[in-house]
Amino acid sequence: MVGGLDFSVVRENLPYFFLGRYPKGPLGGVALTLYLAVVSLVLSFLGGLILGLLSVSRNRLIKWGSTAVIQTIRGMPLLMVIFWMFFLLPAMLGSGMSADWTIITALTLFTSSYMSEIVRAGILGIPKGQMEAAVSTGLSHKQAMTYVILPQALRNMIPSFVNQFVSMIKDTSLAFIVGVSELTHIATQMNNRTMLYPTEIFLFIAVIYFIMCFAFTELSRWLERRSAWRKSI
Amino acid sequence: MIRFEGVHKWFGKLHVLNGINLHVRAGEVVVVCGPSGSGKSTLIRTINELEPIDEGKLFVDGTELSDPKMNINRLRAEIGFVFQQFNLYPHLSVLKNITLAPIKIRNTPPKEAGEQATALLERVGLVDKRDAYPSQLSGGQQQRVAIARGLAMKPKIMLFDEPTSALDPEMIGEVLQVMKDLALSGMTMIVVTHEMGFAREVAHRVIFMDNGTILEEAPPEEFFINPRHERAKQFLKQILSPMH
Ligand SMILES: Nc1ncnc2c1ncn2[C@@H]1O[C@H](COP(=O)(O)OP(=O)(O)OP(=O)(O)O)[C@@H](O)[C@H]1O
Ligand SMILES: [Mg+2]
Repeated sequence: MVGGLDFSVVRENLPYFFLGRYPKGPLGGVALTLYLAVVSLVLSFLGGLILGLLSVSRNRLIKWGSTAVIQTIRGMPLLMVIFWMFFLLPAMLGSGMSADWTIITALTLFTSSYMSEIVRAGILGIPKGQMEAAVSTGLSHKQAMTYVILPQALRNMIPSFVNQFVSMIKDTSLAFIVGVSELTHIATQMNNRTMLYPTEIFLFIAVIYFIMCFAFTELSRWLERRSAWRKSI
Repeated sequence: MIRFEGVHKWFGKLHVLNGINLHVRAGEVVVVCGPSGSGKSTLIRTINELEPIDEGKLFVDGTELSDPKMNINRLRAEIGFVFQQFNLYPHLSVLKNITLAPIKIRNTPPKEAGEQATALLERVGLVDKRDAYPSQLSGGQQQRVAIARGLAMKPKIMLFDEPTSALDPEMIGEVLQVMKDLALSGMTMIVVTHEMGFAREVAHRVIFMDNGTILEEAPPEEFFINPRHERAKQFLKQILSPMH
């Protein structure tokens, strides 16, 4: 008992909160939340990078096309994107994708479009003398981008990336709406079953979300320090 | 080596290059001067197509720039360019600033590229800085590294756009010395600068630009002692006055 609260419901169901019905059933809870977040994180990083590079392409068609896609997705609430993936993808593709992957696709699309704006701003933020110096030595535009512009831009983007990823860890909770048994879904289920300890249950998962986001932020700060090079002038 | 034939360029409505005719031979050192905004930077930036021209013909090392078969990357490798603001890569060490192009373009093995870069650093007097980062160097040192980087692809032509204008006065000398050595080694050079001492000592020709045209073109002795145009006289008076 803590201040009149009874956390025994949490304590007794700890494995359920962390792993879902695993190993008897599918993975769930915190583990599934992390799985969704990490897979979407990796894919969004790649997606954001590709979309961002397309949006600064010198080919106008590519530039406008990718910008249209980015702005469309950015203009939708995440929940809408999830519904679209859930109800329209199967209708269009004839189903076949698991619920987990549907959520991952939605999160990736959504986060990629935000990340691509970060990538674009990061690239445009590098002084144009850098590109000029690089192509002047005979490097192609693509080589200059790869070896001169992107390494500098990516480092400047780290803080924005981290923000975006922290948001995504929290956004995985929307998966509960379509029945993916990640942490929030499990908490809701547990609450519906007992109806006695909503405060305890939701306090507990709030702490878990906080720890995940905090740990991720700290990890990236540490990585940033480790990869630090002396800043230019 | 470089030939402009009736070259025009516009930035929107601004006529920045207005009928440029100029021929620079191999081994020649040409200094370009003129008031701010007269088109000096634009002129040399057209040579490696950092700025494409709108009209006329421009030949560099035997190829016409507007030729569709021309490979601009290959041509640029033959032309070193040194910027006013150095533009070193801040995320790479001095050595890697120099070796990046040879390694990525010519597939020079890193060890060999490193040795060549070290030789270049020796030439500009900075061997001990090979592992430093640009931000750890003074302006004069950065510019000398930038010159070494420009030489890394063994170019036939070196272009300089006000290489000493961003430097503290006490550092100008060391950069000019490197450029003088380069000129004496027979490099073809076009240098935009207001360093008249440098022009007197090593230039074969001085070009005075005004409003997008070449107003005057003469050997340095002649240009400094007896400029023909009123604009050039005014400009020289301004630049050589002790108050400047
Ligand atoms: N990218 C650009 N877009 C539009 N106008 C430009 C651009 N670059 C230069 N200009 C204009 O063209 C004119 C010539 O510029 P340029 O840089 O060639 O002059 P400059 O002789 O090098 O001058 P400075 O001594 O100040 O360097 C200037 O009026 C300048 O404002
Ligand atoms: Mg200029």
